[in-house]
Parts: sequence; C-alpha cells; structure tokens
Amino acid sequence: MQKKEWPLWEVFIRSRNGLDHKHCGSVHAPDATMALQVARDVYTRRLEGVSIWVVKASDIVASDPDAKPELFDPAEDKIYRHPTFYQLPDEVNHM
Amino acid sequence: MYTQSLSIPDGEAKGPRKVENPDYLAEFNAKIDAGGFIEPKDWMPEAYRKTLIRQISQHAHSEIVGMLPEGNWITRAPSLKRKAILLAKVQDEGGHGLYLYAAAETLGVSRDELYEALLSGKAKYSSIFNYPTLNWADIGVIGWLVDGAAIMNQIPLCKCSYGPYARAMIRVCKEESFHQRQGYDLLLQMMKGTEEQREMVQDAVNRWWWPSIMMFGPHDKDSVHTDSARWGIKRISNDDLRQKFVDATVKQAEVLGVSLPDPALKWNEARGHYDFGAIDWDEFWSVVGGNGQCNVDRLAARQKAWDDGAWVREAAIAHAEKHSVRQQQAA
Ligand SMILES: [Fe+2]
Ligand SMILES: [Fe+2]
Repeated sequence: MQKKEWPLWEVFIRSRNGLDHKHCGSVHAPDATMALQVARDVYTRRLEGVSIWVVKASDIVASDPDAKPELFDPAEDKIYRHPTFYQLPDEVNHM
Repeated sequence: MYTQSLSIPDGEAKGPRKVENPDYLAEFNAKIDAGGFIEPKDWMPEAYRKTLIRQISQHAHSEIVGMLPEGNWITRAPSLKRKAILLAKVQDEGGHGLYLYAAAETLGVSRDELYEALLSGKAKYSSIFNYPTLNWADIGVIGWLVDGAAIMNQIPLCKCSYGPYARAMIRVCKEESFHQRQGYDLLLQMMKGTEEQREMVQDAVNRWWWPSIMMFGPHDKDSVHTDSARWGIKRISNDDLRQKFVDATVKQAEVLGVSLPDPALKWNEARGHYDFGAIDWDEFWSVVGGNGQCNVDRLAARQKAWDDGAWVREAAIAHAEKHSVRQQQAA
C-alpha cells in the first residue's frame, strides 16, 4: 500500500469585505479544489469568512528567524520615522 | 472536547537530556519569562518541542476519538432539531482535532506519524471517551460536564506560550460554549418530561460525574510534567482547575434538579470552596492503561475508518498527480 501524505495547504480567510485575508491554519488536501472545500468545512462553519485563499505550504517563502536582527533591528534606531519624535508646541501638537 | 489535563507520558524512550546551546536557551527563557510567544521556526529546546508534540497530539486524538461516543447517538436523536445540533457538535469536534493536528505539524511531525501513534496505542487520548454512552441523557451530560470540564482546561491554553497552539485553542474555545449549553438545554428539557426521563438524567449524571472530574488529571503532588508550568504551556494546576469546575457545577446541578453522586460534597466556608470526596485513581489509571469499557472499540473504530479511507486517499492523490502532469504538458 502506498504511503503518501496529501500535501499541506495554508489557509487564509477574509472574514468580511473591507478586511485583509488573514492566515488561520492549514489543511491537507490532494489538490487546490479539495483544499478549498476542506478549508471551508474546517475553518468557516460559523460565518467566519466570505473568501478563502489556499496556498501550497511548500510554495511559501519565509524569512529566516535567525535573520531577525539584520532584517528588523535597523528600524529600531530610526525613531525619526515616527510622528512622536517631533515635539511641537502644545497649541499645535494635535497635528 | 479536549486534552486530559495530563499529557500522560507516551512511553517514548527516555534518553539523557540534550545539551542545548546556552545563548539560545537564555534567549528562549527570556522570551517565555516576558510572556512572549514562540513561533514554529524559532529556536526552542528539544524538550519543549517534544512536550508540545505530545500534548497537542494527545489533545487532537481526544477530539477525534471524542466524536465516537456522541456519534453513536446521531441516528437515534429524538427529534430533527436535536439531530442537527448533535451533528454540528460532532462536526466541531472533528474540526478541533484538525486545528490541533495542524498546530502539532508545525513542530516538525507529519500527520501520518501522529495518526499512526494513535492507532498503535503509543499515543494516549483523554480517558473519558473510554466510557460508553448508554442512553440519550448521556449526550446531554457529556455536553454539560465533559465539555464543561474541557472548557475549564482549555481557556488557560489560549494563552500558552506556543503561538500555533494558543491560536488553535482560541478557535476551539469559541465553539465549546455551544457544546456545553446545548447539553444543559437538552437535560433541562428531559427534566421537564416524565419521571422515567428524570431518572435517565440522574443515572447519566451518576455515571459521568467522577470520570468528568478525573479529566483534570492527577493531583498536583503526583503530577510529572512540571516543565509545562515553567514553559508557559500549563498556566493553572490540575487541582485548581478541578476545584473551579466543582464550584461552578454545584449550582448548575441544583438548577437542573439533579444530585451529584458524592456524599462528601459540601461547602467549606473557611476555604471558600466546595470540598469533595476522594477520587478513585485506580480506576483512572486502569482506563488510561487500556482497560476501560470502550478502549478496544474506540481504537478499532478509528482503525477501521483509517483502513476504509485508504483507497479514497490514494485515488485522490493519483487523480491530482495525473491532472498536474496533464496541465504541465498542455502548458
Ligand atoms: Fe472540542
Ligand atoms: Fe466540545
């Protein structure tokens, strides 16, 4: 008997129009059509979504967690990118 | 339904603990101590990974096996309304199992490995599902007590330190409240029925009460998995959760008009809690060890489902492969 697992698909759901699709979990399915059907049964039994994306997990390219410092630390010392960096007179500080 | 607050050792080989990189370990501990989350690709100690795989998969298996005692009554539900409700609940439990398997897989085990561990008996599931559902009132009592105990156990897991597990638990907890309320509602209706129906309810409560409070697992003094607390996986102890459950349930039993089968159950003014009688841990360990009334049936049912589904799994993947080859040729 063959022992081949159905591939893994990541599931993204838009909970209502106006919002982004958001990752909610994963399912196993042999192909995209069935992945959508399974995702519908598993993740939207109570009106949780109006649209589903499924993406083969093996097709996702992710950043390396060990590269976190190189990738994300540089933003930390650029506080001038934030509005709170600028002290303005009280009368106009709501700007 | 849920994990036994136990995470019983699965009998895996006990070797010497792996020596971890001290810098990574310090960073990991700092993250945990700050109440942060660990995500799948982050570095984690091997023992943390193993504990999570064991606990999440036991939890997933419990949801899946938990479909059986209730599924047993779907065709015999007394009305279309109750049948629709029970179907929805059992489907939810299947969904819970799937959320949890997916969470466990992020730790680097495959679904097939997890499933094989269940079928071979290597992995445990909650012992509560090794008790039989003898009459329709059992369905109500399972919702009220068993799902009720599960909720107590699962709410703290929504804040557990492993991101995918915590997120799966948030989704599960949102659905559990319906499970408990439909069970209680079913019992309320039966209690308004005939004398015979009221007796059925009391009989079911008598049989499920002790197994339900066993679901919280061994007393704290006898618990083995102390690492779980340090790692932010288990945030409230077995005994504290059990006490909370007993305290909450007494009033519910009163409103329903049933008694709980424990003569030692009484309010303790000094403690501000209900005292209750001694739990029969021999029974608990005997059921965990495979000698409950339904252990053999439950695993046989899962094995049959797995075997009977094999041709479907194979045909579907063969179809998908053929289709993708054709698409490539056409392109
Ligand atoms: Fe559940
Ligand atoms: Fe449930």
